[in-house]
Amino acid sequence: MSGKTLTRMDLSEAVFREVGLSRNDSAALVESVLAHMSDALVAGETVKISSFGTFSVREKAARVGRNPKTGEEVPIHPRRVLSFRPSHLMKDRVAAGNKG
Amino acid sequence: MIRSELIQKIAEENPHLYQRDVERIVNTIFEEIISAMARGDRVELRGFGAFSVKKREARIGRNPRTGEAVEVEEKYVPFFKTGKLLRERLNDEK
Repeated sequence: MSGKTLTRMDLSEAVFREVGLSRNDSAALVESVLAHMSDALVAGETVKISSFGTFSVREKAARVGRNPKTGEEVPIHPRRVLSFRPSHLMKDRVAAGNKG
Repeated sequence: MIRSELIQKIAEENPHLYQRDVERIVNTIFEEIISAMARGDRVELRGFGAFSVKKREARIGRNPRTGEAVEVEEKYVPFFKTGKLLRERLNDEK
């Protein structure tokens, strides 16, 4: 594993190379894709990107937690969490690419 | 929301772009994330979340139908961790 970390900049660079828009426009489009996905999720929608994966929002019930250091009980409020289920294609490519 | 709806929204906001270019842009973004993970790289998108690869150790599994023990090789699986801002927005803290 090479263990590099890519950021928005690398994604905009890929868009820039692939489509030939300006670097500024490419960056704005990457941002806009993430913003639309986030907005849909915040609205409670599932975001399903074929051959990539599915993001869905799950409701977690309230429960009593415990501070592991002090043993004190603390209420954990009901909350919404995001879960991501990778597509088969993503799982297969990640498994194949990192093999050996 | 599905991929085509996402493309549609981006296309509406960018009337100066051809629909097929918007498709290529959106596809390039997702393809780039998968390729990075296939190389073992992480993709960190602040405010949204981070995609990374986790190693699952080899283990002795069991065929649930026959109860037979089978060796499961080590493997690498995709993992996503939600970003702080998005986690907060899901709970209306911002």
